[in-house]
Amino acid sequence: MKKLINDPDDVVVEALHGIEAAQPDLRVDHQHKIIYRGDTPKQGKVGIISGGGSGHEPLHGGFVGLGMLDAACAGEMFTSPVPEQMQAATKLVDGGAGVLHVVKNYTGDVMNFEMAAELAAAETGARVVSVVTDDDVAVQDSTWTAGRRGVGVTVLLEKIAGAAAEQGRDLDQVAEVAGKVNANGRSMGVALTSCTVPAAGKPTFELGEGEMEVGVGIHGEPGRERLPLAPASDIAAMLVEPILADLPFTKGDPVIAFVNGLGGTPLIELYVMFNEVNKILGGHGVPIARSLVGSYITSLDMAGASITLLKVDDELLSLWDAPVNTSALRWGI
Amino acid sequence: MDENVTTAVLEEWVHRFAHLVAENRDYLTELDAAIGDADHGSNMDRGMKAAVAALDASPPATPGALFSKVGMTLVSTVGGASGPLFGTLFLRIGSTLGDTETTSAPQLAAALRAGLGGVVDRGKAGPEDKTMYDALAPAVDALDAALADGADLAAGLKHASDAAAAGRDATTPMLARKGRASYLGERSVGHQDPGATTVALLLEAAAEAAF
Repeated sequence: MKKLINDPDDVVVEALHGIEAAQPDLRVDHQHKIIYRGDTPKQGKVGIISGGGSGHEPLHGGFVGLGMLDAACAGEMFTSPVPEQMQAATKLVDGGAGVLHVVKNYTGDVMNFEMAAELAAAETGARVVSVVTDDDVAVQDSTWTAGRRGVGVTVLLEKIAGAAAEQGRDLDQVAEVAGKVNANGRSMGVALTSCTVPAAGKPTFELGEGEMEVGVGIHGEPGRERLPLAPASDIAAMLVEPILADLPFTKGDPVIAFVNGLGGTPLIELYVMFNEVNKILGGHGVPIARSLVGSYITSLDMAGASITLLKVDDELLSLWDAPVNTSALRWGI
Repeated sequence: MDENVTTAVLEEWVHRFAHLVAENRDYLTELDAAIGDADHGSNMDRGMKAAVAALDASPPATPGALFSKVGMTLVSTVGGASGPLFGTLFLRIGSTLGDTETTSAPQLAAALRAGLGGVVDRGKAGPEDKTMYDALAPAVDALDAALADGADLAAGLKHASDAAAAGRDATTPMLARKGRASYLGERSVGHQDPGATTVALLLEAAAEAAF
């Protein structure tokens, strides 16, 4: 393991100090490991918080700022934050209009956010609504599993719900927009290498030079199947076709196309992938209304990519285009 | 049977559990790496170290307070799924024991059963979902059965420990239906569940403590 760390146990704490030093608009509550906007709480504005295990940067701390999140709770590496953290964040951002919790569908995240919402309501009476993202088509969605994982759609949802909150919509309206994003977005990912969790010190799984894992999540958990490494065009088809098949993305429906790097893949390869995605969608008559290419929801040093398609209407598009000013996503300001 | 179980003995149980978790930290993480996200050992170790530190800092006066403190510490330090699940287990044991000075074998058995109920409430798992439930439920059943047969608490906990170990082993061929391992479907078969493994350590620690 070659990593720029001091002690594996200190990675999250030291990174939070780094973020605080690098981002003058942000504040950090070190006790609760919360990154929050310097101007929060805003009276009358719905607060939006998210959080999850660390190791997915820039998710979520990189998306704290105008037009997106009010606060992000950082858990230990790949481990959801504890209820105390979300409870403290909920208090920090509640400007009287209530708080939206954006939760990725992982058992730990769901349970800890659930406990936090119960505690926050009991303590302050804050109104909390949760939206759970579950966009990963690689996972069989049935009562016999924990349900689909929340992956790339989380980023798009935080942007769009953040814009809705910034416009002054109330909590139910913001939650409704968030639900609409989740309902219309689908994702799938591929890993070319495992990630290495600092505390474990070695790759989470072994993957041969000529192999890839198709259908991975963002924690180094194994994927749906292991296949021989293929050219980008084949991989793109392997990811896009199940997404298109899962939601009726019909001819002419515009989408936001998001090609996401998992942490260890250079941008030039992501553009190679985007080129393939563009060709495939063109062949299906699905127009790309907006695009996002880069590493936004990562899995430490994992090489690989995920593709997310979000079917959009005028409302979602205008919220997507609204100004955003965060360390990882910034436009229109 | 009028055995009185003191807070000190229960504290020894918790210490032994913390020790076993620390010893098995890498093993638990390896089990988790196979079907999860490779953090179970380090998370539980962090939580139990914090729990022992909290007990040492202000020793609880009653069995109920002891388990509640361990539960609160786990919820607020572990995260992931293990924090709420093991935290709820201990919290429910603590609240069931209440504020009596000492406890007894039947009270402890009832508290463990309530703890199992807490895990089910929080995690919604049932038999053969390949989770901690599959080690905990047989252990609780074995303790009840042994006590009903007239065994003393020490012997009952030995039965419970054996049942937890058997339950842990039985998770290996199961198809995971809860938690992160469920994402793997058929690929989860053939791996021992890390949560069930930790439960077996908890009961092993109980069997070793001087009840």
